[in-house]
Amino acid sequence: MSATAVHNLWTMAAADPIDKIDAPKIEYGQLAPTLIVIGAAVIGVLIEAFVPRKSRYYAQLFVSVVALAAAFAAVVALASGGYGTTKARIAAMGAIAVDGPALFLQGTILLAGLVAIFTFAERRLDPEAHGNRIDSFVAQAGAVPGSPGEQAATKAGFTTTEVFPLALFAIGGMLVFPSANDLLTLFIALEVFSLPLYLLCALARRKRLMSQEAAVKYFLLGAFASAFTLFGIALIYGYAGSVSYGTIAKVVDGTLTTVDPALAGTMGNDALLLIGAAMIVMGLLFKVGAVPFHMWTPDVYQGAPTPVTGFMAAATKVAAFGALLRLLYVVLPGLRWDWRPVMWGIAVITMLGGAIVAITQTDIKRLLAYSSIAHAGFILAGVVATTEEGVSSVLFYLGAYSFVTIGAFAVVTLVRDAGGEATHLSKWAGLGRRSPLVAAVFAVFLLAFAGIPLTSGFSGKFAVFKAAAEGGAGALVVVGVLSSAIAAFFYIRVIVLMFFSEPKADGPTVAVPSPLTMTAIGVGVAVTLVLGVAPQYFLDLAGQAGVFVR
Amino acid sequence: MSFPLLTATAALPAVGAIATAAVPAARRAAAKWLALFFSLATLVLAVVVLVRFDPDGDRYQLTESRAWIADFGVRYELGVDGIGVALIALTALLIPFIILAGWHDADPLETKSSRWRPTQGFFALILAVEAMVIISFEATDVFLFYIFFEAMLIPMYFLIGGFGDRAHAGSDEKASAQRSYAAVKFLLYNLVGGLIMLAAVIGLYVVAGNFSLQEIAEARANGSLDMATNTERLLFLGFFFAFAVKAPLWPLHTWLPNAMGEATAPVAVLITAVVDKVGTFAMLRFCLQLFPEASKWATPVILVLALISIIYGALLAVGQRDIKRLVAYASISHFGFIILGIFAMTSQGQSGATLYMVNHGLSTAALMLVAGFLISRRGSRLIADYGGVQKVAPVLAGTFLVGGLATLSLPGLAPFVSEFLVLVGVFARYPAVGIIATLGIVLAALYTLVLYQRTMTGPVKPEVSAMPDLRVRELAVVAPLIALLIGLGVYPKPLTELVNPAVKHTMSDVQKKDPQPEVEAAK
Repeated sequence: MSATAVHNLWTMAAADPIDKIDAPKIEYGQLAPTLIVIGAAVIGVLIEAFVPRKSRYYAQLFVSVVALAAAFAAVVALASGGYGTTKARIAAMGAIAVDGPALFLQGTILLAGLVAIFTFAERRLDPEAHGNRIDSFVAQAGAVPGSPGEQAATKAGFTTTEVFPLALFAIGGMLVFPSANDLLTLFIALEVFSLPLYLLCALARRKRLMSQEAAVKYFLLGAFASAFTLFGIALIYGYAGSVSYGTIAKVVDGTLTTVDPALAGTMGNDALLLIGAAMIVMGLLFKVGAVPFHMWTPDVYQGAPTPVTGFMAAATKVAAFGALLRLLYVVLPGLRWDWRPVMWGIAVITMLGGAIVAITQTDIKRLLAYSSIAHAGFILAGVVATTEEGVSSVLFYLGAYSFVTIGAFAVVTLVRDAGGEATHLSKWAGLGRRSPLVAAVFAVFLLAFAGIPLTSGFSGKFAVFKAAAEGGAGALVVVGVLSSAIAAFFYIRVIVLMFFSEPKADGPTVAVPSPLTMTAIGVGVAVTLVLGVAPQYFLDLAGQAGVFVR
Repeated sequence: MSFPLLTATAALPAVGAIATAAVPAARRAAAKWLALFFSLATLVLAVVVLVRFDPDGDRYQLTESRAWIADFGVRYELGVDGIGVALIALTALLIPFIILAGWHDADPLETKSSRWRPTQGFFALILAVEAMVIISFEATDVFLFYIFFEAMLIPMYFLIGGFGDRAHAGSDEKASAQRSYAAVKFLLYNLVGGLIMLAAVIGLYVVAGNFSLQEIAEARANGSLDMATNTERLLFLGFFFAFAVKAPLWPLHTWLPNAMGEATAPVAVLITAVVDKVGTFAMLRFCLQLFPEASKWATPVILVLALISIIYGALLAVGQRDIKRLVAYASISHFGFIILGIFAMTSQGQSGATLYMVNHGLSTAALMLVAGFLISRRGSRLIADYGGVQKVAPVLAGTFLVGGLATLSLPGLAPFVSEFLVLVGVFARYPAVGIIATLGIVLAALYTLVLYQRTMTGPVKPEVSAMPDLRVRELAVVAPLIALLIGLGVYPKPLTELVNPAVKHTMSDVQKKDPQPEVEAAK
């Protein structure tokens, strides 16, 4: 940049009197869901600082549940106020979109978060240690695993109640992520929900080294992905001269040619657009867990405390698919002839890759991790449809999938032996004989994952495949049903193991949970069956929410 | 709105399944009686359906239609034609016998855990299968049909994998491994078939815009819904594949001998006499109505596959050493006849095929259930372990013989009528196919009579010398079946009258007329 340009900038700034700067206009009402959750997270931090240790757990649980419920009520109020359809708008100076998909996904994330918070708060699975009830989280995160410090912390009955504000911050970020309407907001939301998740992954009470390893892996790979995204954002800015979704879309369409004279040299350069868009999409596909950006999923799912895994598997996927949809449908529809073939390919390898690799897994959490990869592939099939039905089918699938996932991981927390959760598949042999109810519930979740009719998994799969077929992706549907068949094999294998194998003498026991986990599992089963038998109401809801605002 | 009779017929066993499953662990006997009660009550409803149905009335009767999932274009639409009524009646009739025959099959060996309730589960699963099978026979919405066509695999799978023969030779662990192999094989074969059908179901929606069988068939008939030739063929293949796995048609049949061999005899009857009928029924109802042109296009290949099924199944049955697997291969041969009759595209062939479905259900049930009683006495499925049973247990041997003779279609017993009709129907259009198919009958005589000769005649083996004859419960199962076999063999008219109008409709769907005898054509 030349010296004159700098000089120009200086004089312009000086010429503008300071009182001419407009105060930003913030629509607090429309942003209420996010604000409530973030506010509650801040209160949670204050609780950690000021409330006595004994009462923190109850205070945190109370604040979290109330905040999530209130935020959900706000979403419902906005949706019934028409913000999802006729009054859809862009709020907060163009940073946040308030529209159907955003509200639907926010509602899903909040409900999934609420159910997940219940599993976070479970304190009856492990026997009491030193007279204190303990949860799934480490006594003191800073203590070295196995050190005297850790033992002392356990003995003193410390619990990491910080998980509640951490989860709330993550949920806050996830609420912004699918509604972000410019690339910087997108990136900030990405970091806001990712950082607490990295931390949460490291907080397992048992198998701490594995948990920390998972967190480091997740953090390093996540940081790479974030860097890619940020680099992509910079390139897109160079291309369009703006980070706002609407402006970029106009530049892509060709309706807008000049924004900033300083960028005249790079603006409209397709290389910047293609590389930049690819890098941002890569970052999002990483969060979604699509092949070939899925490498972190099995390790992190296995190492993280199981309630966190369930939360992550459900809510992160919802948020990331929401952001991906908005990016592809709002910012890059003009580029769809370029990204559709790529997404096609990714959907195919994600469906097949997830399903095939899952067959060889021997750990239930890794198995569910690969299954979540395969499901990401199914959802991508709906994304590729590029129709309004495609959007609503993805929304519906995400809603159906998250509750099955949280429920399934909640069941995993119940099956325990002396070393904590017994996640190795061989230990699940004969579970159906010993605890028929738990095994039956888990079988329902597995059948839903497998997409057997009368479960939510079938309705969701049918919706995305139908949208894909109508969108002209018939071949993708064929690949989809084939990988469903492969996937069915390993879900069935677990059912065989639970019901048809003889129980082992030293097999795990099934802990009797408190009403908290029971609620989580009960909600999972109820949603699975209701969405399987009578999905019409929710399909309508998703159908009305299928249009983005631009 | 009138009383939803069809819904009630399907819902009653479902309610029964839930009620049976909810019986406390210790009240095992109560669960059995409850299941029997619900199955008999369903039979009563099925009889009401049979009586209320007017064979000469509308094509679909007792129809019900409710909104269900508008987004998918799915309605809850039920209706029965003569074929459906006959098969509902067969299903409702066989289930009480299956329950009675399996009365002790699911008694726990030892009461280790008070929460493990295999007995309740066994009977609840049978009723659940009944409910889903009945609603598949009633559904006139393709999606509704598909849902239950797929969902019935799950209870079936648990029935095969969870409950085996007590008396299986060899170690328990090996038996249980074989059983779960059979169950998984059953499930995977059928699931893959179903998923391929799912792709075709979605494709049908993309082409037609809704799932109503009547609407689509009407639109096809009056030309307002045009399908490209290739689209129609692909969709047909998607549907047919699933039904051919279920039916089962060679070369997709290999799950059946495993499943029937490892399952208990009543469950084997449930598979072959009830559940598999959904496959052949669906060929008639969905393949021919929705894709008439493609059906005609595929006919030559299907006829060849059916012929292979007939001969191959019969040949393998001759070579079996295991009684239950023998019946399974015989069934494959019989399903070949049914499919042959359906795709002969003559009214005798299709009437014959429908009668065949009913009669095969009765004859296989008789043969297999008696075989099950035999096996439970000796503790072995191997033919070589038996000999001279007719001297020790004459009633058992006699009923076994009648079941066997029905299987080989002896004139005077019901299967003869249907097999004859199928052959006549096939012969009218494809004489060569008819001649080859007749070979199947000869082989049937061979495997049935050899089976009888080896197990029942000859010197009494020491292991069977103390074998008790049929008990009252067992007689109560077998006697009515044999009475029906003889009754329908001598007087099949009510059944043919029920079925014929429905077959005429199907024939007009595929726009086929019966070939005229040459003499008349020459005039």
